[in-house]
Amino acid sequence: MTARVVLQQADIARALTRISHEILESNRGGSDLVILGIPTRGVLLAERIGRILDSIEPGSGTVGSLDVTMYRDDLATNPTRTPARTAIPDGGIDGKTVVLVDDVLYSGRTIRAALDALGDIGRARAVRLAVLVDRGHRELPIRADFVGKNLPTSASERINVRLAETDDREEVTIQ
Amino acid sequence: MRHLLSTADLSRDSAIALLDLAEDMADVSNREVKKLPTLRGRTVVNLFFEDSTRTRVSFELAAKRLSADVITFSAKGSSVSKGESLKDTSQTLAAMGADGVVIRHSASGAPRVLADSGWIDAAIVNAGDGTHEHPTQALLDAFTMRKRIHGVASRGRALDGVRVVIVGDILHSRVARSNVWLLSTLGAEVTLVAPATLLPVTTSTWPVAVSHNLDDALSTTPDVVMMLRIQAERMNAAFFPSSREYSRQWGLDDDRVARLPADTMVMHPGPMNRGLEISAGAADSARSTVLEQVANGVSIRMAVLFHLLSGSDS
Repeated sequence: MTARVVLQQADIARALTRISHEILESNRGGSDLVILGIPTRGVLLAERIGRILDSIEPGSGTVGSLDVTMYRDDLATNPTRTPARTAIPDGGIDGKTVVLVDDVLYSGRTIRAALDALGDIGRARAVRLAVLVDRGHRELPIRADFVGKNLPTSASERINVRLAETDDREEVTIQ
Repeated sequence: MRHLLSTADLSRDSAIALLDLAEDMADVSNREVKKLPTLRGRTVVNLFFEDSTRTRVSFELAAKRLSADVITFSAKGSSVSKGESLKDTSQTLAAMGADGVVIRHSASGAPRVLADSGWIDAAIVNAGDGTHEHPTQALLDAFTMRKRIHGVASRGRALDGVRVVIVGDILHSRVARSNVWLLSTLGAEVTLVAPATLLPVTTSTWPVAVSHNLDDALSTTPDVVMMLRIQAERMNAAFFPSSREYSRQWGLDDDRVARLPADTMVMHPGPMNRGLEISAGAADSARSTVLEQVANGVSIRMAVLFHLLSGSDS
């Protein structure tokens, strides 16, 4: 099956800019904001959002990463996963608004694991979720607050997010 | 990797991956909530046929921090003291649904027997077998060295060019054997220093240099001096004339420590015989990593248990 491009480089950049503005608007400014990316591509997206936030409101783009491997509910049924780095910015998350960032929102299980991981690190004032693509098929009552693109898919289709930092090009395809 | 029986089985990449994983585990140990749900529902059995409070507690804490159920089984006061065999014990554990077995045994090779036997379908971790190996101790030693040398930038690094002097009873030391294999895999240069009576005859085939003179070895300003415990329980023959003479020739006393560069690490797997292989001054100096080794032990054992027990293909 051939892959169809649904978002190109410019679309991704626009979506991230819009999400950044929405984050600032819903938070009523950039104070006490922590952007946490979920490895691997969520971290890259979080860094980009952080840079955009910083350009709109200097000092508002505090970025970190949150690995959820240890909190997954499928560890016993899949091959051993290697955890990625968790880096919580200095000052922690207590009392802050945390925005989790991931590339694709699908079953919602990764986000459930992320919420558990976050709960062990501190007590955020609020947790929001930003994703580049929401493809549906949720298995848990979880929804995203900021969405780059809603992409209705069938469960048999594959969504590939490629970003310039890790891949040879920058696009979102459906296959 | 299905079992951890020997550091000789570890490739350079898998050893570095385990050390990196232990860094993540160490981060957890620094948090307020020192617990992960990772191994929830898994059962780890600590099967200790030989006393070792330090290692047993370390494994127990590691398993508990990963939310596994932990059963500790000491040979003393169990059916083993009534004559039950390793086979029967392990089959009993298999029937109880053990997913991982951490075994300490006075016989070299006992963990390998358990892993190859087919009596139990669990991941086996060697927690010290006779005079053979103690792989998690070597991993925690390597982790401690890497952390002291590279600090926060230690992820992904090996120990290339690090000069390690291991001093003492090499003959009976499983810690020394595991360290020799692992440190040389990671690129360190290892020198063994011991009286000739406490060196195994096979050292000529090991990837190490050998010396009988501690002062000569220390004059080369090594990065790490690892002192081994004189194992009184295994000293059933005249390996050296007297403990006083041993201490003078091969003990790390205050004078020898003073001659070392300030950043040379002094390591000891514990428990220490203060005044015999190591002086109190050396054990308590800023160079000493003894307590760091204990803390790092928990992180390393968490990494090993995660690695062996989390996946379906483990």
